[in-house]
Amino acid sequence: MGELAGDKHVKYILCVEKKKDSFESVVMEHLRLNGAYWGLTTLDLLGKLDTVDSNEVVSWILQCQHESGGFGGNIGHDPHLLYTLSAVQVLALFDKLDVLDLNKVTDYIRSLQNEDGSFSGDVWGEVDTRFSYCAICCLAILKRLDLINVEKAVRYIVSCKTLDGGFGCTPGAESHAGQIFCCVGALAITGSLHHVDKDLLGWWLCERQVKSGGLNGRPEKLADVCYSWWVLSSLIMIDRVHWIDKEKLIKFILDCQDTENGGISDRPDDAVDVFHTYFGVAGLSLLEYPGVKAIDPAYALPVDVVNRIFFGRC
Amino acid sequence: MHGRPRTAPKPEDAAASAAKAQKLRALQSQFLSYHHDRIYTKEALDTSAKLLEINPEYYTAWNYRKLAVEHNVKESESSPESVKSIFDEELKVVENALRQNFKSYGAWHHRKWVLSKGHSSLDHELRLLDRFQKADPRNFHAWNYRRFVAALLGRSVEDELQYTEDLIGNNFSNYSAWHNRSMLLSEILKKKEQESYSQDTISKEYEFVLNALYTDPDDQSGWFYHHWLLDQTSKAKAPLLVSSWPVPGSELVVSGNVSLGDHPLSSFSKVTVALERFPVVLYFNQTVEGVNSSTVAIQCTFVQNEDVTWKPFSPQNSWASKVWVGYLDLSGVDHHSSAPHTVEVKLGHHKGIMSSNGLQLSVPFDLSFRVSVKPLETQSSKDEKLVWEEDKFYACEMPIPCLCYDGISVGNKYEPTTSDWQIGTIAEEISQIRNLLAISDSKIGKITLARLLMAHDVMSSPYATKTVHAEEVLGLYSELMKLDPSHSQYYKDERSLVLLQQLLSSGGTLLKHCFYYGGITSSSTHGPICLRLNNQSISRMGAFDKLLWVQMLDLSDNELHSIEVLRASNHWLSTLTRRMCDLATETILVLRLNRVKML
Repeated sequence: MGELAGDKHVKYILCVEKKKDSFESVVMEHLRLNGAYWGLTTLDLLGKLDTVDSNEVVSWILQCQHESGGFGGNIGHDPHLLYTLSAVQVLALFDKLDVLDLNKVTDYIRSLQNEDGSFSGDVWGEVDTRFSYCAICCLAILKRLDLINVEKAVRYIVSCKTLDGGFGCTPGAESHAGQIFCCVGALAITGSLHHVDKDLLGWWLCERQVKSGGLNGRPEKLADVCYSWWVLSSLIMIDRVHWIDKEKLIKFILDCQDTENGGISDRPDDAVDVFHTYFGVAGLSLLEYPGVKAIDPAYALPVDVVNRIFFGRC
Repeated sequence: MHGRPRTAPKPEDAAASAAKAQKLRALQSQFLSYHHDRIYTKEALDTSAKLLEINPEYYTAWNYRKLAVEHNVKESESSPESVKSIFDEELKVVENALRQNFKSYGAWHHRKWVLSKGHSSLDHELRLLDRFQKADPRNFHAWNYRRFVAALLGRSVEDELQYTEDLIGNNFSNYSAWHNRSMLLSEILKKKEQESYSQDTISKEYEFVLNALYTDPDDQSGWFYHHWLLDQTSKAKAPLLVSSWPVPGSELVVSGNVSLGDHPLSSFSKVTVALERFPVVLYFNQTVEGVNSSTVAIQCTFVQNEDVTWKPFSPQNSWASKVWVGYLDLSGVDHHSSAPHTVEVKLGHHKGIMSSNGLQLSVPFDLSFRVSVKPLETQSSKDEKLVWEEDKFYACEMPIPCLCYDGISVGNKYEPTTSDWQIGTIAEEISQIRNLLAISDSKIGKITLARLLMAHDVMSSPYATKTVHAEEVLGLYSELMKLDPSHSQYYKDERSLVLLQQLLSSGGTLLKHCFYYGGITSSSTHGPICLRLNNQSISRMGAFDKLLWVQMLDLSDNELHSIEVLRASNHWLSTLTRRMCDLATETILVLRLNRVKML
């Protein structure tokens, strides 16, 4: 079995950060804040967060904040829960949550909860359980979960449960590993995992492991490294991770590396990107691969960062 | 981001890419200034349309277009045609964007936003969806949008059901269509009152899905649907009590207050407990709510029924559970009289205990046990320390009290919890799947057969599951471990649960695993009974309803890997910590030689 080319991946991420003028970079400009979270969390997991100038990043993040309190994907872009979560997560990585005007951010988030407990992503009203996760994770990190109606939020998430034990984006929608991660994560954070049928969901999730050892996101689809995070963290949160073959998954992730130029791709021999590099490394972290820091499956942040938030300096 | 081959960049490509990047950047920049300056002219709108055609993920542009629509609609309030044309333009922009990326959340949401304004015709939408369905039958954005449109159009559930049938008929491997079918059918089944309609519907679905399973036994879609049908078929009807503690008919000697430090080993009948919190445990066959002093009557001389508080035994604050505990205050009982007091527990005489489907527990259950209170013997507690010695086990000969509940219900009869149709359907499916497995070595087929066989056993005898098929099921899981080694831990866990059912379901088998642990107490009483389940390759605990009477449990030399798994079962056996004192049963759980992770 191969090895994790940690140094190459660090170089790749630092390089991508500088290459702002490639077409790939320009076409993803609107989600640069997500990209910052993926890249920086990977660096932290590989023990190299200090290679980045935190002040520069923090000041850029604050420029992404809109007058409504929410954050846009980049400077000048409209605010949305997706980027607000990434902003808070990156600030947590740097232990700079105190730069935030807490009320401003939390007011924005709570304003997006609807009557039925669901969350809209922004003022334009798209509802999706992804946004429930963003809101709950964000407010939990900021220790202001009390500002929303948690019971209703949980009830809405439970209403999105499907008949195979998983969760979809809205009631009636099909199970999808990404949505499952969001719902199980939100339920974990709010102490509501008893709503999950762990055996039923656990079996559906473990069946995502295909012959190659990789995980897909839904039945009859191709394996993809990003599911190494969404499926794996869900399995861990419901204590069924022993139902997959961890060694085979590790091998699959390592095979997705570009060991020459750094970076990880969705499947072996495809083009790499920061998104899959993060999910590959995060997956390896959950699989306890040596040399990678531990990551919290619900908050998607390194465990030492989560401990620092909730228990002070450790 | 997905599915692009890894190729080394060529210099010509880099130059072309840089040029493209510059153009796009200029476009994005221009767009942002229109947006911030709130300019909604045709030229500005065209810029955003061009941007979205290239990059439909640029979400701020969709927001901008909504603002532009609102602005321009206000300006042309008088003319409904111009309002309609404004919205039609949006639909066109969405279609163009979807051509570039038919999974764009922003594009789909914009279309929904437009349609919900009510100025657009819905005629085109189903045809649009058909095109997307053909391009990618698993596109969940399209399915979500379909649900939205179907609701707007007021399409009947039956019509949508027919649609899924047509799709599946064309291509069995359409998990999304099967999923939608199951959601639609759930709705129908919930509404229809007549049981025969539900039964006919489900029977037809079995026939329908079997076609798919025979056509491609390795495609998962049909099998997951079949699993859902099995779930619908084996739904337990009314809730029932399956087990309780104290063991009905037993006589307990309760002494003094709990000492949290040492746990003196007690004989089968001696219990050390906090007198104010003597527990009575009720274990049901499914999650129920409504267990309280109006629905459960405690009758004894020293406790007022209204003073008994019943709580769900669940780690979270939920209002429903399979296991409920009520606490009796024994501190008022006379310590000096050794005469035992009878405690009667009656439930099912009044409505109120309900399952989550709203079905009432209507079969009455009357249990009783006897209890006497003695002062705590503080001196003897020092002598009674447990030392684990293999040769201290003696075989049990007498029958073990209270393994099964045939007969605790009033009048010795119970309502059958399953119908002939249910058992007949499961039997038919068993036969069908056996036929299928004869011609194809389908892994998921074997899993399904194992589940069907266990369901059949459970249904045939709801209290004490007579595990007729257990050997065959154990064999299936052993085969599966070889056929699909990646998932061997799953099969091992399932196998453990079946094994436990098998070991615990018949008095004869159980007796072989029961031993007195001798050498401590006085000669008039036996030592505690230890259930020895060591060396059985058990990787997971279960069947807790059948273990309430156990005081000593030997699980050494097994393959348990996580106590969390025990905890997750919401049962009192799940703690090795102080919490056990709450339930006042001294259970010694031996986990020698298991690699148990303390979480």
